[in-house]
Amino acid sequence: MRKTSLDTLPAEGGLGDEPLLAVDNLHVEFATRAGVVRAVNGVSYSLRPGETLAVLGESGSGKSVTAQAIMGILDVPPARIPKGEIRFRGTDLLKLSDEARTQVRGQRIAMIFQDALSALNPVFTVGWQISEMFRIHRGMSRRDATAKAVELMDRVRIPAAKQRVNDYPHQFSGGMRQRIMIAMSIALDPEVLIADEPTTALDVTVQAQIMELLAELQRESNMGMILITHDLGVVADVADKISVMYGGRIVENAPVHDIYQSPAHPYTKGLLESIPRVDLKGQDLYAIKGLPPNLLDMPTGCAFHPRCPYRQDNCVTDSPPLYEINARRGSACHYWREVLDGDQG
Amino acid sequence: MATKGERILEVRDLVKHFPLTQGILFKKQIGAIKAVDGVSFDLDRGETLGIVGESGCGKSTLAKLLMALERPTSGSVVINGRDMARAKGAELKRMRRNIQMVMQDPYTSLNPRMTVGDIIGEPYDIHTEVAPKGDRGRKVQELLEVVGLNPDHINRYPHQFSGGQRQRIGIARGLALQPEIIVCDEPVSALDVSIQAQVINLLERLQNEFGLAYIFIAHDLSVVRHISDRVAVMYLGKIVELGRDVEIYDKPAHPYTQALLSAVPVPDPEGREQRERIILQGDPPSPANPPSGCRFRTRCWKAQEICAEQEPLLEIRPGTRHESACHFAETHDVVHAG
Repeated sequence: MRKTSLDTLPAEGGLGDEPLLAVDNLHVEFATRAGVVRAVNGVSYSLRPGETLAVLGESGSGKSVTAQAIMGILDVPPARIPKGEIRFRGTDLLKLSDEARTQVRGQRIAMIFQDALSALNPVFTVGWQISEMFRIHRGMSRRDATAKAVELMDRVRIPAAKQRVNDYPHQFSGGMRQRIMIAMSIALDPEVLIADEPTTALDVTVQAQIMELLAELQRESNMGMILITHDLGVVADVADKISVMYGGRIVENAPVHDIYQSPAHPYTKGLLESIPRVDLKGQDLYAIKGLPPNLLDMPTGCAFHPRCPYRQDNCVTDSPPLYEINARRGSACHYWREVLDGDQG
Repeated sequence: MATKGERILEVRDLVKHFPLTQGILFKKQIGAIKAVDGVSFDLDRGETLGIVGESGCGKSTLAKLLMALERPTSGSVVINGRDMARAKGAELKRMRRNIQMVMQDPYTSLNPRMTVGDIIGEPYDIHTEVAPKGDRGRKVQELLEVVGLNPDHINRYPHQFSGGQRQRIGIARGLALQPEIIVCDEPVSALDVSIQAQVINLLERLQNEFGLAYIFIAHDLSVVRHISDRVAVMYLGKIVELGRDVEIYDKPAHPYTQALLSAVPVPDPEGREQRERIILQGDPPSPANPPSGCRFRTRCWKAQEICAEQEPLLEIRPGTRHESACHFAETHDVVHAG
């Protein structure tokens, strides 16, 4: 039985037209000694059950901060959410009490972190850490919880789970540790799984194993998944739709096939063109010129304008809204038509 | 200076075992981590040799051996006809001028308390014969310009630069002594995607300008393909396949190379459901206790009895045109990165 609190927790069951999770015009800022850093400036995206949304962006683009806001694990202060809604099954999570929020976190929305070694506690056995989920959220006895932990370790394909349940994190390899993190995150059958760079610290062959495991778990339980990454290859493999972030905003939204075929924002286009290609060996790689923006001193108008080959005068002064290209695509570029057509500025 | 294509580096049967000891007062050796276990290759002037492999395969230890930062257990590193592994004192110092390194992480490989001028000029303090004292400031400014930084920033500190700019500082330091060989250990993996292309273009430009030879160690296979003339694939301390970039990427012969290439995600969603993918089971075995015979046999789908008994040598196998270390080597087309 799930404990209920005084707040109305998001209902389970059918959704109708409502998305499972909707982030709406979210703003997050941090108070620092050097001034206020606006890390997220009006981000919106939505997720349906069984769907995989990839959030693509470089360091400092705000992709992880958005995820932390959804999970409710931002440190407040220094962080502050001045505006925006995060609706989970229609309920705005930001308006829930701390107690109700705790009910959602981990049980309904779970997260996997990039660096499994630092996310696991080195002085407790992995079995203890996995079974903690059942002891705390489900009030199970130690013995039952441990039995559940073994079951989960089997499910994420850790060999000899029964023998290894009492091992410590350092006794596992990087890929196995990430499996343990996954086991913890799916323990309570969440409806949304946020994976923040889940394979960045891993070798390619292990990355392939982990991505395959995540896809299988998603198929079994019809979870919605938000995959945060900077790897254009991983995104092309698993995503249904993509949101590209730059300087705390979403610059392009699109179904996966559209974006690779014909990007509608110069930043996305630049990223795709800078991938080394066989037929261009021996030539210079296309490089986006300049540097990512400094969040303390954002460029006026469109944040990408100092690096953009399509720049016109109004890009320096007017910040572009997310223009609707069609019902499923959007681009925050005044000249998205030219970008789509491929005319260089 | 000699002409392009001449051999400048010959590595033969290079071995590095790190002893595993037991006991405090009376240490006794109970085994060894076989980090690099019999590696041989050549490098020509102006050529780039890419080295790929997963963590723990020995590629960074190999880099340290080439730099003489570690002394090998056995084997030789011959640069321009002289064995660096056996050189000592003044001769070793002179040889070190010729082979320099660019490190992976530009955030930790630059001393935060030194100015950029001091960092790039530090090699001149050690090799005083390269630049007379009064001349150093000018030389450092020239180097800054070569790597695309503003020469007026000579008195700034590393924290005043972005990651990509810091990597350029690291490259300038590597160039200071006008080496013939530069070992690049994961030079772009710590950088943002949009900055990686800038640094790779810089490395290629410098190679053409100065006739440098690169040992390019990286785990990003599409970057390695772009920059390398030849590629060596390492597994558990050994080279399992070595050939020209087209041979390795289009016609890999060793099962490990085939699995590695098929695991690389392709940045194109078209036809992703039909893509063939070899997913290896488990993790690489410990280098302290590698499997007998072929080291890959514990994860290989082709393994037979002979693989456990007889170690396959790195040689040209029937039906292939480049060296591979597998009893059952055969070329195989893989859908691969870029």
